[in-house]
Amino acid sequence: MSRPDWEVVIGLEIHAQLNTASKIFSGATTAFGAEANAQASAVDIALPGVLPVLNKGAVERAIRFGLAIGAQVAQKSVFARKNYFYPDLPKGYQISQFELPVVVGGQITVRVGEGDTAYDKTITLTRAHLEEDAGKSLHEDFHGMSGIDLNRAGTPLLEIVSEPDMRSSAEAVAYARALHTLVRWIDICDGNMQEGSFRCDANVSVRRPGAELGTRREIKNLNSFRFLQQAIDYEIQWQIERIEDGGRVEQATVLFDPDSGETRMMRSKEDAHDYRYFPDPDLLPVVISDEWIARTRAALPELPEAMRARFEADWGLSAYDAITLTSSRDAATYFEAAVAAAGDTLAKPCANWIMGELAARLNKAERDITDSPVSPAQLAALVGRIADGTISNNAGKKVFDALWNEAGSAVDAIIEAQGLKQMNDSGALEAIVDEVLAANAKSVEEFRAGKEKALNALVGQVMKASRGKANPTQVNEVLRSKLGG
Amino acid sequence: MIEASLKDLAAALRAGTLSSVELTTLFLDRIDALNPSLNAFITVDRDGALTAARAADARIAAGTAGPLTGIPLAHKDVFCTEGVRTTCASKMLAEFISPYDAHVVSQLKAAGAVMLGKTNMDEFAMGSSNENTHFGPAKNPWDTGRVPGGSSGGSAVAVAARMAPMATGTDTGGSVRQPAALTGVTGIKPTYGVVSRYGMIAYASSLDQGGAFGRSAEDCALLLSAMAGFDARDSTSVERETEDYTRDLGKPLAGLRIGLPKEFFAEGMDDDVRTAIDAALDQYRQLGATTVEVSLPNAKLAIPAYYVIAPAEASSNLSRFDGVRYGHRAPEYTDLADMYSKSRAQGFGAEVKRRILVGTYVLSHGYYDAYYLQAQKLRRLIAEDFIAAFTQCDVIAGPTSPTVAWPIGEKSDDPVQMYLQDIYTIAVNLAGLPGLSLPCGTGANDLPVGLQLIGNYFDEARLLNVAHGFQQATDWHQRMPAVG
Repeated sequence: MSRPDWEVVIGLEIHAQLNTASKIFSGATTAFGAEANAQASAVDIALPGVLPVLNKGAVERAIRFGLAIGAQVAQKSVFARKNYFYPDLPKGYQISQFELPVVVGGQITVRVGEGDTAYDKTITLTRAHLEEDAGKSLHEDFHGMSGIDLNRAGTPLLEIVSEPDMRSSAEAVAYARALHTLVRWIDICDGNMQEGSFRCDANVSVRRPGAELGTRREIKNLNSFRFLQQAIDYEIQWQIERIEDGGRVEQATVLFDPDSGETRMMRSKEDAHDYRYFPDPDLLPVVISDEWIARTRAALPELPEAMRARFEADWGLSAYDAITLTSSRDAATYFEAAVAAAGDTLAKPCANWIMGELAARLNKAERDITDSPVSPAQLAALVGRIADGTISNNAGKKVFDALWNEAGSAVDAIIEAQGLKQMNDSGALEAIVDEVLAANAKSVEEFRAGKEKALNALVGQVMKASRGKANPTQVNEVLRSKLGG
Repeated sequence: MIEASLKDLAAALRAGTLSSVELTTLFLDRIDALNPSLNAFITVDRDGALTAARAADARIAAGTAGPLTGIPLAHKDVFCTEGVRTTCASKMLAEFISPYDAHVVSQLKAAGAVMLGKTNMDEFAMGSSNENTHFGPAKNPWDTGRVPGGSSGGSAVAVAARMAPMATGTDTGGSVRQPAALTGVTGIKPTYGVVSRYGMIAYASSLDQGGAFGRSAEDCALLLSAMAGFDARDSTSVERETEDYTRDLGKPLAGLRIGLPKEFFAEGMDDDVRTAIDAALDQYRQLGATTVEVSLPNAKLAIPAYYVIAPAEASSNLSRFDGVRYGHRAPEYTDLADMYSKSRAQGFGAEVKRRILVGTYVLSHGYYDAYYLQAQKLRRLIAEDFIAAFTQCDVIAGPTSPTVAWPIGEKSDDPVQMYLQDIYTIAVNLAGLPGLSLPCGTGANDLPVGLQLIGNYFDEARLLNVAHGFQQATDWHQRMPAVG
């Protein structure tokens, strides 16, 4: 996909639906999935005479976002009307922000790729502004007519606009994922992409390295990271081929069809609306005081980037582990609770258990880490028992099984009940080793002849004879000393 | 009884010498008699009015009546009324029934006032003559061949012809004051933000303000007290204590400084209007007031600024009338765009279309800075002129309208001539100040002339007393047209 003779330039506009209980300009609920138009109030359907009243909770969330990305939060912000006609836009204009958005600038550093080729990339944001969502047009089941559902009309959105800083679909996806993590982390958006709570528009252009920016096409409404990647990759290919074939890219808005994997034109520049933006006279400018900003800042949780750096510095986690564990605030909270119980020195095994066994189980059961049957304290106790040699790693998995299946059970009780304790009595172990050596003369001979593998067979025999309770490390040591190694 | 003041009506109701049902019936019958010739009402709600009157009588009997309980009233048809159609005098909303009451309507219901019906107006409050209406023009009761002014023409006519003792209106560029002047009644537009705009169908949101018509300043003060007050549903509603606007009535006017803007007294005013205004100012001097010349150098730019800002806001405000959810929808169309254009082409009258086109133009890409932003700058300059003037005076006085009522049809083909009718009133809306018009004499053909008083921000109580003082000394406000 990557062509060294072409440079790709991508900017994203992301619409994050803010998780306020009511709409941005009316008291109607924002809950998803109700019967059509059951959640459309007089204001939402734009009856004559109704007026918008700003939901301060939406502003609060925008401020939170601005602070989280180190942006400037405007002291005065203005709502503007974006005028166009569409049946699911009841007022004939959308209340949005134009000249004075709540959030200006800011940046976010994301990890792109995995393994050795992974790198950090800092992406600058242009702005983030508040606006209301439109309703939905339903084109099926109405006998050649369209149905209009205004439940979504007036739902608060934060439109987050990046600079054209991304140079590949991988960077775009990494950025979108990082924002997706962040908005949930600071609890301003539920991030549910199926329900449309987090949607991406991608502006894509290509140019020869060093040349001026090419003409961009905007891919609208991508509601999964996979589609984002596919749509951008297709678009890059399409634009390069077009130019190489002697054609030109015209500014346009396109839609991605997941079935065909292609983008297709929705409207050209000629069809572009003149939105006739002007400040909404029904709403006063929003004044955001220093005190409001300070209060919001104080309530902000530690952010993923800071936490990731701390995990690496304080607990020696790899960048990969730190990123994985900060992929959601819930995962990070779980991890921190486990380490708090297990002790700092066991951070790495805690991380391994969470990213390994626990993640696999949760995934299989389609459960969230917040309702994991195994609590952080239980996991910490398990890690502790492996670390202090009470049980083997293998026995640990059995303990984990028991913890998963029987909520509330205690690690030590499980070890006791299942007889998983390792044999730490060296006299008993030596007796078993002697028996095994006597019964496996062939292996002994092979080992002495220099065949290292033969030792493994002997370890296995000892473990079997001890019914798994022997400590494998200790078995190794005893065997080697008895074999004169 | 139709001549009685609100105060006297309330006293009679409380004393039991009159019931609200009787009073309401009296006015309903008068509407039946006069409306065919005056066309002041678009809708009369006899049943609703009598039901409300009976409830008011019960409340009076229970001793829980307020100053307006049981007193009939008319609402401009721009205020949404639950269950009674709200048309804005437009074909677009000819059949529209609101599922909710405007804030003003619910305030007055709560006060126990009895709504008789909805009054005629210029379509969507756009006009100065009440000729731009789907329901036929309202007629001036002093001469039914003449216009009553607009846009709140029907409310002015209803009060002038004693079809209702009080009425609501809205004033975006003079739509309460100018028809009050042309029909010989008192009308006040308070400071922007005093009366909630919730449920008042928007024309130009940053200028629209509800107002009151009465036969006297005292009646206006009583009605405005019930209409005003903070409403959280209107973000431009000003959060302040509720006021009793009658509180200053009766205070002597000695020492009052009246500012006379030299620009208002230069050219443009008809001689008969000037004579009546000069006489009224003499009357004020006799009452102990002094007059001082002030200057509003930017006031001459008010009309051009207004005809950018108001149409711009209107073009957007009226986008919701698209035939999709309510209102007129063309019976036949080929596709969505065709449905929009046919529904709007059929539903809106010529003046509304003109303003939508102007507004769309001035907001267009590349023109916004030259028109809308410039107009907003003028608006600020105009407001600053007033603020400076109020350092020299307590109220500003001048004509409300440059002419008396003119014959129906005379200016209807010349929009610019029509727009110039509001030359003295528009600056007040741009500045957001309170303004009042009171009858102060007569001009040609014995037609009423209105004196405009402009107050500083939130100075309505003083403004009303300044008008009241004049009315205590004169009887222009008691003249009644010979109708019926």
